[in-house]
Amino acid sequence: MKKSLTRRNMLKTSTAAIGAVAGAGLLKGFPAIHAADAPVIRYLGTAVNMGDAVQKRLFDDTGIKVKFIVKTTDEVVKTIFTQPNSFDIVDSEYFSMPKLVPSGNLLGMDTKRIKEWDNVTSAFTKGEVAGKKIGDQGTAPKKVMYLKGAKSKEFASEPTQFVTLIPTVYNADTLGIRPDLIKRPISSWAELLNPEFKGKASILNIPSIGIMDAAMVVEAMGEYKYPDKGNMTKEEIDLTMKIFTEAKKAGQFRAFWSDFNESVNLMASGEVVIQSMWSPAITAVRTKGIPCVYQPLKEGYRAWAAGFGLPSTTKGRQADICYEFINWYLSGWVGAYLNRQGYYSAVIPTAKKYMEAYEWDYWMMGKPATADIMSPEGKKLASKGEVRDGGSYEARMGGVACWNATMDENKYMVRKWNEMIAS
Amino acid sequence: MKFLKLKPSVGLLSIPYSLIFIFFFFIPLILTFIISFWDYNEYSIIPDFIFENYSYIFKDCLNFEKDMCVTFKTYLSTFIFCFITWFFTLIIGFFVAYFLAFYVNSITWQIVLFLLCTIPFWTSNVIRMISWIPLLGRNGLVNDFLLSTGLVDAPQEWLLYSGFSIVLAFVHLYTLFMIVPIFNSMMRIDKSIIEAAYDNGANGLQILWNVIIPLCKPGIVIGSIFVITVVMGDFITIGIMGGQQIPSIGKIIYVEMSYLQLPAAAANAVILLALTLLIIWIMTKMIDIRKEL
Repeated sequence: MKKSLTRRNMLKTSTAAIGAVAGAGLLKGFPAIHAADAPVIRYLGTAVNMGDAVQKRLFDDTGIKVKFIVKTTDEVVKTIFTQPNSFDIVDSEYFSMPKLVPSGNLLGMDTKRIKEWDNVTSAFTKGEVAGKKIGDQGTAPKKVMYLKGAKSKEFASEPTQFVTLIPTVYNADTLGIRPDLIKRPISSWAELLNPEFKGKASILNIPSIGIMDAAMVVEAMGEYKYPDKGNMTKEEIDLTMKIFTEAKKAGQFRAFWSDFNESVNLMASGEVVIQSMWSPAITAVRTKGIPCVYQPLKEGYRAWAAGFGLPSTTKGRQADICYEFINWYLSGWVGAYLNRQGYYSAVIPTAKKYMEAYEWDYWMMGKPATADIMSPEGKKLASKGEVRDGGSYEARMGGVACWNATMDENKYMVRKWNEMIAS
Repeated sequence: MKFLKLKPSVGLLSIPYSLIFIFFFFIPLILTFIISFWDYNEYSIIPDFIFENYSYIFKDCLNFEKDMCVTFKTYLSTFIFCFITWFFTLIIGFFVAYFLAFYVNSITWQIVLFLLCTIPFWTSNVIRMISWIPLLGRNGLVNDFLLSTGLVDAPQEWLLYSGFSIVLAFVHLYTLFMIVPIFNSMMRIDKSIIEAAYDNGANGLQILWNVIIPLCKPGIVIGSIFVITVVMGDFITIGIMGGQQIPSIGKIIYVEMSYLQLPAAAANAVILLALTLLIIWIMTKMIDIRKEL
């Protein structure tokens, strides 16, 4: 009989063995929340958008302390599988849900306990922005949002009381360019493989995200129209990788990057003039005084979305504290903090209350700045008169073409991606 | 079983290290080997006994009409890096050690110069490698110099994110691993042997070739083992210095692990380990380290 041994069980057994020898005191894995005073939440996530200011404000408002366990996107997923008791709350991306939910390691989140649930943006709950449907290729949040019950391992197609993650933050990603070195307008994803930028292009070496950027490029070049970019067949993966392998062999790419800082360095040093990029990386290049544009493209954006989940063992007081934390998170201060970094808050009306009118006009309405725009750390991001790349919330989120995805053929895709890197 | 002849108290001394070795090296290694035959899906590994993980690695490798398969290509590139790095670290390391051992007479100065050799290790790996960009990059110092002197008319792109930059970083990092064991061997050479060779009319080159090098063999082999094993398993240096465009087995294993394809990663790790052990075995055939030590 084939019995599925989850990593979690596997780990339990092996820790037990090691624990017997090493002494249990050395091992972590006890819930941090046991004392009645000064609760501490162990927060697992990439924490790219979290700073000291958030911790301080949280403590002042609620008396809760947060301990960050910082890992990369892929490692966060791995940790949920292998050490589901090593954290109290996880900040994960929706595209991991098709992998995570069947494992049963996450708890269905009760929307009745979320004060602002009815105000969560329709981009999450319905896949709409300002009443209009947006692209839903890939793992769009609405597809993996609802569960059939609190302990369910299956997604529900209709809204239910229980959800996989409570949405927090999301954005629309595109290519970053150096306008001073390109010196002409860029309007299509196809430009990434334009021989004009031979040796000056880059793409990220994280297969599940890189493949989506690659698909946007292939489609923009008119090579192929995918029925669903976010769920390719083996033939479609082969085709996509073939085009990129040829470009790579022809010397199109200066480098691939897998770390946020690498993308900043490539762009700031001028080694690369056009590449896949994330919004805070653009900000980082700009704060060095180097021009860098998060270029809107006619084929649309690749979007991503993240939210909070709890391990399935959460209960009682621990659950109360985590829900209190989430409610605080959605109550506006953090939302404004995220919006000011160029992301979007899942609950927009509360964030608005914490933003100045000129900030709101710049970040959300796409209007020219009436004063210098500052980052939450007080660094200047844009001068008076500048307009945000891509414009308003409705223009940017409304222009989403696809979402970061986990494909059915994920295993095959990762292997093919490795082959491209090796070619 | 030589150690059994020792006094029991001496045997006891080896117990702590043996336990650490068994629990944190030997058992995990056995587990890796076992799991390399398991099946897996998106979120769990499934006990089984399949060869799919191995057969996939060598898929298309025996089909010579097509291009070389990914596995062979990756190993070939790794072997080439290994050989070039080994060659340069050996030559440079040997002469640095030679200088330190025979031309620097004060022990204080030997220590000072040794510390200088460790400078590359004072900063983190990533910072060190990012620092190459301002030097070797398209707008870097080297290119600026070449352009301003008119030696070239366009920036040289092969300086960075290429095989050249990978070897440069490896040599820069790992020469110390050669210097230390070779220096150690040299310090144990009885100076009177060299004097005897000199008295018998050998010239400098003959002394080097017929006396010093043979006596340094254990140091050379130990240094070579360090360098080769480190380069075989490296993926960070190759990744950053090669612009992630040059394959390495370590990177393949790393990607498979981040996607929870642990059995596939385990199979790759087993093959890598087997090949590395094979190389070390060949090297130890050339010289019996235990006897020499």
